[in-house]
Amino acid sequence: MELFFTQLTNGLAVGGIYALIALGYTMVYGVLKLINFAHGDLFTIGAYLGLTLLTSLSLTDHLGPVAGVLLLSVMAMGLVGVIGILLDRAAYKPLRTSPRLSAVVSALGASIVFSNTVMLVYGPNPKVYPHGILTSQAIHIFGLSIPVMRVIILASCIILMVALYTFIQKTKIGTAIRAAAIDQDAARLMGINVDRVIMLVFFIGPALGGAAGVMVGLYYGQINFTMGWIYGLKAFTAAILGGIGNIPGAMVGGLLLGVIEALGAAYISMAWKDAIAFGVLILILIVRPTGLLGERVAEKI
Amino acid sequence: MTDARTKIRKTVYTLVVVFWIFAPLYLNNYWTDVLNNVAIYAVLGLSLNIILGYGGMFHMGHAAFYAIGAYTTAIINTTYGIPVLWLMPLAGIMAGLFALVVAKPIIHLRGDYLLIVTIGMVEIVRIALINNVFGITGGANGIFGISSPSIFGYSINGIVHTGQFFYLVTGFLAVTILLFYLLEHSRFGRALKYLCSDEIAAEGSGINTAGYKLAAFVLGAFWAGMTGTLYASKITFISPESFSFWESVVMFMIVILGGSGSIPGVLLGAILIIGLPEIFQGLQQYRLLIFGLALVAMMVFRPQGILPPKPHEYPVESLDESEVSL
Repeated sequence: MELFFTQLTNGLAVGGIYALIALGYTMVYGVLKLINFAHGDLFTIGAYLGLTLLTSLSLTDHLGPVAGVLLLSVMAMGLVGVIGILLDRAAYKPLRTSPRLSAVVSALGASIVFSNTVMLVYGPNPKVYPHGILTSQAIHIFGLSIPVMRVIILASCIILMVALYTFIQKTKIGTAIRAAAIDQDAARLMGINVDRVIMLVFFIGPALGGAAGVMVGLYYGQINFTMGWIYGLKAFTAAILGGIGNIPGAMVGGLLLGVIEALGAAYISMAWKDAIAFGVLILILIVRPTGLLGERVAEKI
Repeated sequence: MTDARTKIRKTVYTLVVVFWIFAPLYLNNYWTDVLNNVAIYAVLGLSLNIILGYGGMFHMGHAAFYAIGAYTTAIINTTYGIPVLWLMPLAGIMAGLFALVVAKPIIHLRGDYLLIVTIGMVEIVRIALINNVFGITGGANGIFGISSPSIFGYSINGIVHTGQFFYLVTGFLAVTILLFYLLEHSRFGRALKYLCSDEIAAEGSGINTAGYKLAAFVLGAFWAGMTGTLYASKITFISPESFSFWESVVMFMIVILGGSGSIPGVLLGAILIIGLPEIFQGLQQYRLLIFGLALVAMMVFRPQGILPPKPHEYPVESLDESEVSL
């Protein structure tokens, strides 16, 4: 039972990270019907930028660990968001009217460019986040010891997701995003500046991915330039699991995938962990292609 | 197309063929080996082209079939000592059977979803190979000691006898081009192109779309499996690393960059993606970066590929419409 709860909490923390990345996929897919293959690499860039900010600005020394990490996360999110907008401008915007496959290939190209730029700038070896920058303590409940970091990660993910959900559902701009996801032309006729909506989506999604990157750095302590690919694919699986284009779906899908994977690793086999995730993906697509929460694919972003 | 352009085209093709045939006479071992790789990837590209170019199915897991062919060859050759070239059809059949089982439930998926499923498939195959499934794949270390191909008792080691191996792969490439050219202009090929350009219309006019798509998938897999034999016997050693998702991406790029649905396009794609980077060895670190930038630029400025098929043969724009049924 102890193993079960340990893996459950671990799965929830990792799942929260998957969910954050998945939101970027789902938002872009919702509005543009494009799989942004470079999204995973934006997540990697977030992790590396976070590390650079952490070590070069020594924010945590001046502001204390919590405020320091908070500020650097916000900075990393902003930077990654800007890179996201630039990515759209350079690689996707010229292809809005082209066949879908062109944008997919362009996205793959952009992914290669990003991961190799990270490698050229930071070197091919893994980089290490300072150990226990926030806390390396554990809390004890019912004889279980749960690292505080796990709780912090999960809590931050949930806060970000709730904030995003409220933004999309309650604000005027959020309504514009939802409208553009249903029908771009109709939205344009209603006076919505679709270009600006797309720009916003390409800011928010990558920013959340960047936050996830910083979290992975803090949680595992180690990052490398190729990690975006596997996290990206897992997150995409999460987005499909929940129903792509559907924001609550991405959240549920992410958490669920994290838990399935963690339990699978514990009870089936560690070595097959990634295969379990992809197996889930294939099964979902065969049995229920619209995902768990996705009745109307594009209508609910 | 004007007569003058056809003439130029023909001249260029003839020159390329002549230079290709005599390549080992004026190239050193290193460059001959590069051409051997180009030829292998050209065959892989052509086999993927049946699925992606003619069938319009976004398939990014082709390395899985290539791997199954290579592993079938390696396992049977090292266990029973059967000559590798005899194993070629068997490698193809194994890959084809696997494709049949895998493709059946996923063939109806919409473009992007198919892409993701096939990526998942190639990753599962790779993980299975690493985890030494059934205890026969040799795990992460792979399989050593595969025999070299031999013709009339004369063994051709792909590393040492690059020149002889060159003619072996070139022969295979030539057969592939010929067969796939005939296929393209056959009833089967025309039906595929038709259903690729408008699936609903094709279905309406009585074409069994699911059946044709499945057949294209299995045929492409069969051919990739046979190519796997050639690869395994060339380097006499295989490991899961050789069949990563990246390999699938390379094959995908070869088809898209050269011109999806066009045989000369795919051949050019193989030359550009496998051969050209070798010239820039000095820029080793920047190679992938440049490659990525080139892909983006290519899609922005010439999304149909460098040598797309003639418009009346096959409308490239139609790839977009392959999302009719989920």
